[in-house]
Amino acid sequence: MKSGLICAGSVLMVLGGISQAQAADLTISCGAVGAELQLCQAGVERWEAKSGHSVEVVSTPNSATERLSLYQQILGSHSGDIDVFQIDVVWPGMLAPHLIDLNKHLPKGATDGFFEAIVDNNTVDGQLVAMPWFTDAGVLYYRKDLLEKYDLEVPATWEALTEAAHTVQAGERKAGHKDFWGYVFQGRAYEGLTVNALEWIASYPDGGTIVDDDGTITVNNPQAVRALSQAAGWIDDISPHGVLNYTEEEARGVFQSGNALFMRNWPYAWDLVQSEQSSIRDKVEVAPLPAGGPDGESAGVLGGWNLAVSRYSDNPDMAADLVAFLTSFDEQKRRAIDGAYNPTLPALYQDDEVLAAVPFFGTLYDTFTSAVPRPAAVTGDNYPRVSNAFFNTVHEVLSGNVAADQGLERLQGELERIKRRRW
Amino acid sequence: MTVRESQSALSDNARYARDGRASGSLRRERGTRVRRQRVRAAWLFLTPMLIVLAAVAGWPLFRTFWFSLTDASLSSLEGAHFIGLENYLVFDNGWYGILADPLWWQSVWNTLYFTLVSVSLEAVLGVIVALVLNAHFRGRTLVRAAMLIPWAIPTVVSAKIWAWMLNDQFGIINHMLLGIGVIDAPLSWTADASLSMWAVIMVDVWKATPFVALLVLAALQMLPSDCYEAAKVDGIHPVRVFFRVTLPLITPALLVAVIFRALDALRVFDVIYVLTSNAASTMTMSIYARQQLVEFQDVGYGSAASTLLFMIIALVTVVYLYLGRRQLGGES
Repeated sequence: MKSGLICAGSVLMVLGGISQAQAADLTISCGAVGAELQLCQAGVERWEAKSGHSVEVVSTPNSATERLSLYQQILGSHSGDIDVFQIDVVWPGMLAPHLIDLNKHLPKGATDGFFEAIVDNNTVDGQLVAMPWFTDAGVLYYRKDLLEKYDLEVPATWEALTEAAHTVQAGERKAGHKDFWGYVFQGRAYEGLTVNALEWIASYPDGGTIVDDDGTITVNNPQAVRALSQAAGWIDDISPHGVLNYTEEEARGVFQSGNALFMRNWPYAWDLVQSEQSSIRDKVEVAPLPAGGPDGESAGVLGGWNLAVSRYSDNPDMAADLVAFLTSFDEQKRRAIDGAYNPTLPALYQDDEVLAAVPFFGTLYDTFTSAVPRPAAVTGDNYPRVSNAFFNTVHEVLSGNVAADQGLERLQGELERIKRRRW
Repeated sequence: MTVRESQSALSDNARYARDGRASGSLRRERGTRVRRQRVRAAWLFLTPMLIVLAAVAGWPLFRTFWFSLTDASLSSLEGAHFIGLENYLVFDNGWYGILADPLWWQSVWNTLYFTLVSVSLEAVLGVIVALVLNAHFRGRTLVRAAMLIPWAIPTVVSAKIWAWMLNDQFGIINHMLLGIGVIDAPLSWTADASLSMWAVIMVDVWKATPFVALLVLAALQMLPSDCYEAAKVDGIHPVRVFFRVTLPLITPALLVAVIFRALDALRVFDVIYVLTSNAASTMTMSIYARQQLVEFQDVGYGSAASTLLFMIIALVTVVYLYLGRRQLGGES
């Protein structure tokens, strides 16, 4: 309910925030998924205390797709209402024309100690358009109590996951738990589905990506057909039909109320499913996502968010200082401990306090550092279009409206149509 | 009366008569002058309104039409190039452009289907609600006010409320249907392609029926009572009275309500966007245009979609008004 209200009210809040912005020295927009908003607010308050400036925090829609639309409207109108933007790892190329080069506003060596791959990702034409704030990769949450109860192992492949989900779901329903499901993920037609489906496809040997690094369309291949057909089989079998309209928070709602065995989500959910209000506290563990068959490899898609300063900001130096503070070692450590947000500083993955709060940061380090990127760099401005065509096709396949091979065939045509408008 | 006096009276009469003739032509002259003055005043008063209208309606419309002929993008509106009708249709080793996009045609079909079904339901239900509210019973004022609540709640808010009520796992609708045994497994109203259009229609009908009911109720209150008294005296069946007397008399109001609703429904956006986002099974023309304009930043292509949307709405309106007038003309 809470996330829904936030979602519904976010536009109003943004407008409200903008109208009040005159009062504050700076305005920052951060996400409101899970505990994001509170964490952002707390970080901003620390900077306020340190610098003596005041900052307005504006919350934005939970869906990344909608957040991007909102940003594009604000930036497209050259509005300086928001100074600091929290931007997704796939947006720097798209939004670069509207963002300042942080190298010119931050002291030398500001990016030392950060994951190089993310810094590279945020560098467009030699300009550092955003500072890495937290990184992300898809992980598998599972109910260890239930796997133990049915004497099952943590699934290493999607096939094993399907089987385990069958067993436990049947057993739990027999025991009177009628709403119990095997697996929940993000199936709504939005960016999150692109991420989920790319994880399925990339986990199969030769499953490939949507578009490879050379810009060739690779998505229409037998392994991808296999991956999507399998996923389509989950609907109404081990996943509720409603998963076709789930984003991160809806999936977490089902899992956290104890109604699902497995959940695909980002690391942020850890802190919430382990919170005191959670009905499954201490019954959950995190593993890498399953691989596609015995020859496949686990493939978490790279996510993560960065902080960027708008070119239309009246106080770019002050805003850059806020960005530097929020992405600093101390602040990232606090966010890792309080909210299970993955640091972008490798050093923090060896920090004892961090590992005590989020044990899987140590064991899943490889998952986070070798995550699969989305084809945002190669498709450039057309990435939203490519992603949209992809998630709409996957959604159709999952809904059972079209077979996987036909869907991918059609997607190929559609991507060629998009490619014609230069990428 | 002296001769002089009578002479003077005569000349007075003559003068009056002369004056009378003169004042007649004068009046006519003055009349055209007044009319001309009035016309001039009317234009004077209308000018600000026309300027405002041109600025807020004409200019954006023209601009949208112009952008539809360019390759403008949201980040570079200034650097747009003229590309003719390429956004609409172009042959380049295969057909490209909106008119060759299957998703566009699906959204056109979705929009027309949504409009036809929801407006028909709203018209029928609206008349029924209005008839009920027109009857005399205690607490009528209260019920009339209560009826307007769905119409008064902003669509975004009511759509979000419905989204939660229709939630497949926690929604109260599924809970109730399961409770009375109509379904044996929760339905995913907004995710299932075969249900989502009906869910959207249901929410729209819930919201817009009060509007139709209000207009029809206003018409019902103005009906002459003598027809009904005559019908009562003749012992005519109430159903017959409704179809022969009431319905023809409220038809003009109903037609107005329906055209308003149809125009709203043809450019429907908020209720669908909140309930089902960009899903292809409920995508309407407005959602398609928004996706191109905002999400893909393609102002040229999106403007072309908006232009087509405008033309389709204009076409439907003209056809409807033409048919509506013919029908009215035939009856009178």
